[in-house]
Amino acid sequence: MSTTRIKLALMFGFIIVSCLMQSVSAWAEEARPLQENAAVEAQVQRLSEELRCLVCQNQTLSDSNSGLAEDLRQEIREMAAKGMSDKAIIDYLVVRYGDFVRYRPPLKSTTALLWFGPFAMLLAGGVILFVTLRRREKMATEAPLSADEARKVSELLDKES
Amino acid sequence: MKRFLVPLVLFFIVVGFLAVGLNLDPREVPSPLVGKPAPMFSLPRLDDPEKVISPKDMLGQVWLFNVWASWCGACKDEHPILMALSKSGVVPVYGMDYKDTRQEALQWLEHGGNPYIASAMDMDGRVGIDYGVYGVPETYVIDKSGVIAYKQIGAITEDVLRNKILPLVKGLQTQ
Amino acid sequence: MIPEIGHFALILALLVALVQGSFPIIGAARGNAVWMGLARPAARAQFFLIVVAFVCLAYTFAIMDYSVTYVATNSNSKLPLQYRIAAVWGGHEGSLLLWALILSIWTVAVSLFSKHLPDAMRARILGVMGLISIGFLLFMLTVSNPFERLIPAAVDGLDLNPLLQDPGMVFHPPMLYMGYVGFSVAFAFAIAALLGGQLDAAWARWSRPWTTMAWVFLTIGIMAGSNWAYYELGWGGWWFWDAVENASFMPWLVGTALIHSLAVTEKRGSFKAWTVLLAICAFSLSLLGTFLVRSGVLTSVHAFATDPKRGLYILIFLVIVIGGSLALFAWRAPTVGRGGKFSVISRESFLLSNNVLLAVAAISVLLGTLYPLFLDALGLGKISVGPPYFDTVFAPLMTPALFLMGIGPVARWKNASLPELALRLRWAFGVSVATAIALPLLLGHWTPMIGLGLFLAFWIVATTVNMVYQRLRGREQSLITRIRAIPRSWWGMVVAHLGIAVFTLGVTIVKGYESEIAVRMLPGDVAHLAGFDFTFDGVKETQGPNYLADRGQLRVTRNGAEYAVLTPEKRLYTVQNMPMTEAGISPGILQDIYASLGEPLADGAWSVRIYHKPMVEWVWGGCLLMGLGGIMALSDRRYRMQNRRKVTAEKKEGEAIA
Repeated sequence: MSTTRIKLALMFGFIIVSCLMQSVSAWAEEARPLQENAAVEAQVQRLSEELRCLVCQNQTLSDSNSGLAEDLRQEIREMAAKGMSDKAIIDYLVVRYGDFVRYRPPLKSTTALLWFGPFAMLLAGGVILFVTLRRREKMATEAPLSADEARKVSELLDKES
Repeated sequence: MKRFLVPLVLFFIVVGFLAVGLNLDPREVPSPLVGKPAPMFSLPRLDDPEKVISPKDMLGQVWLFNVWASWCGACKDEHPILMALSKSGVVPVYGMDYKDTRQEALQWLEHGGNPYIASAMDMDGRVGIDYGVYGVPETYVIDKSGVIAYKQIGAITEDVLRNKILPLVKGLQTQ
Repeated sequence: MIPEIGHFALILALLVALVQGSFPIIGAARGNAVWMGLARPAARAQFFLIVVAFVCLAYTFAIMDYSVTYVATNSNSKLPLQYRIAAVWGGHEGSLLLWALILSIWTVAVSLFSKHLPDAMRARILGVMGLISIGFLLFMLTVSNPFERLIPAAVDGLDLNPLLQDPGMVFHPPMLYMGYVGFSVAFAFAIAALLGGQLDAAWARWSRPWTTMAWVFLTIGIMAGSNWAYYELGWGGWWFWDAVENASFMPWLVGTALIHSLAVTEKRGSFKAWTVLLAICAFSLSLLGTFLVRSGVLTSVHAFATDPKRGLYILIFLVIVIGGSLALFAWRAPTVGRGGKFSVISRESFLLSNNVLLAVAAISVLLGTLYPLFLDALGLGKISVGPPYFDTVFAPLMTPALFLMGIGPVARWKNASLPELALRLRWAFGVSVATAIALPLLLGHWTPMIGLGLFLAFWIVATTVNMVYQRLRGREQSLITRIRAIPRSWWGMVVAHLGIAVFTLGVTIVKGYESEIAVRMLPGDVAHLAGFDFTFDGVKETQGPNYLADRGQLRVTRNGAEYAVLTPEKRLYTVQNMPMTEAGISPGILQDIYASLGEPLADGAWSVRIYHKPMVEWVWGGCLLMGLGGIMALSDRRYRMQNRRKVTAEKKEGEAIA
């Protein structure tokens, strides 16, 4: 193949490709995103999903259509555009509206039970379960008991404990 | 034997909280701004946009800061109370017209009477955000040094005025 | 006139309930057969009277009688008939009537299918259900009367909340209530057993089908609600950890634990005290949910208009019912025997561990739901506990539960061996680990959460396949004979567990791979998402029966081929002047395409949000499979046989101990 033919083929290919591209854009405009800055928008989205709207109190800022939610999203957008961190933006809102705006409650002394409670219960449940099972197993290895005897034994055990 | 009582005890603890909860309003969000200096702003006055209004001007006196709007239904409920309060001259009442149009706001004051010494215009709601406004009307009691002493969310009722706001204002004024 | 008949029927129903709740229970204690015999006719009379009241209210809605307060506040002359009927349970008073109706349906069902029960047991069960009914009827007649007249009558009604004007409203609340109230049967069985001192394997066998049926209804009801929220609320979510959703989820978790522990109690006579406690808790949590929705102590999108008087009434009711039954439990449970013995490694232990995990999960949901109230009541400030919290806490609790689901069903009763189990399940483990690593790489995005979710989903599938294979292997008969030889309840378990796997897979994929864009579109504009092209054809104004709508049209193509047409709407319900978004959705097995119309913008463009939700339908498909599994278990031969045969409690007790 000569170089001219390659050039020709390339040119031809280029024309086809550009025609194809043309054909899309000739009929339709590319829809513009509502917000131009994708990185900022990702931060706004991430934050507004964790924040509670104060007007429609069971929606996140991201889901709510109320006027205040829109204002606050705009406020967050401007702060994000200034390069403020997630924490700084959340602090800004907490100063104004209190911890109520955070759907993820901050960890402090009053919320320790909330955050650690489930895992403490899991641990306690596991330990109690294991101890109970072991005790039952020991009972099983001793002389088999009739139902009545088992009842009495368990009553006795309970009285002791 | 005792372990069989655990569920019952836990249940009664929960019931205790639920009983207390019946008398609480879960929608009311206390403002973290109480006890802190009122956020600064300088906004155009509703009656004369050429002039500017700022909390700085009010230093040295106890004043009420009432956030209102012509589109707000509950504002109508508290309006007569504000009018009477303003007439009594016990405490100066300043207003902030929140997310409104000037024309409608002026009309509203003309119809219902104007209880405010002056009103600031917060048309884009920015100052509202600084004050943590989420349900209009809201009213702040601000002391002589410019610190927020109390925030009323929702309309002021006779009861709130007589039992909370007025005693507080009197106390602050004598300080 | 008709509303007065309904009102009167409720008063009579209350009187009948008083009879049903007292004589049979006292009769059972004294051995008075006549008094015990009152239970069944009373249950039927009560059912008849509540049906009359319900029909009266539905009729009042149908003929648009706005001289009844409840009708005037929840309906409108322009509201289509199907929603006028659904509006019967659209508000607080009517939904209570639905509650009472469903309770009487369950009561009648128990009275019909309890011929095999000892007389005293049946009398106690129906008596307890009568006592619950008293509470609800009295509640209606004192502070929540749906038949109260409005004088002077309203010219037209205030309309049903537009959020509720949806086919989901016809279906979801009755299903959910069937589930909630269905747990009252298991509750009544438990209380009857505690009263009579007959907590044995027979009791477990009798309550099992009722519990399973209630659980099926609750599962389907929650699923329907989640699906409804998905297309109605317009932001593509399907679970929000809202207080009221949590209120339905807690009884589901405890009910699931109950189904499993009942199986152990029936087969092995163990966990009796624990099982009875779960039966009490499942229904108590249903009642607590009722309180949370109606008392105003928590905010929720689903909450009814609230009134502290009503809250106080339900709270007192809760104290009597739950407090009373837990006190009874504390008094009688210590005398309950321990049942069969088993070792630390056995199917019993695995089931009990799963029970502990489910119970901890339920308490955690309760803790998260009520925590804001706790802090507020103690004056420690207001906080919000929302989806980020529950997602964080729930995953670590559910992971071991799902993992154990793979092991429990293949472990032997009484005494299993860990090395043997490990040997048997090593392939299942290897396959699921490999899938969890390979599949995300194929899909192009790997995170630990995706890996974990996929591992658990495939782990359940692989262990289930292994279990089915082992059970069907060998022997001479044809495969069909072998399949049919296995009880249907076992197949029910297989299907329900696969349902969990399908659900887990759906959640993992949609959470891990969903994407969305927010664009401004002029007619003719094209947007792109996940390989699809969306052409905007503009917005047309249309009119519904009681709303005005802007209906947008989006043509969806993939590689130039037509895929779907979406018509998201923005509606304005004129009576309440309330805007609503109606999403445009193209559902599919592999993915949903979801669009919602935002605001019109300055230059004639519209803001449009488009979501790509891969495999989101599997979330609900998994729930349907769970429900199907429950139904298969219910169709098991022994439940059909049992009805014809009168089994004596004594014989069963002997079996349980042996």
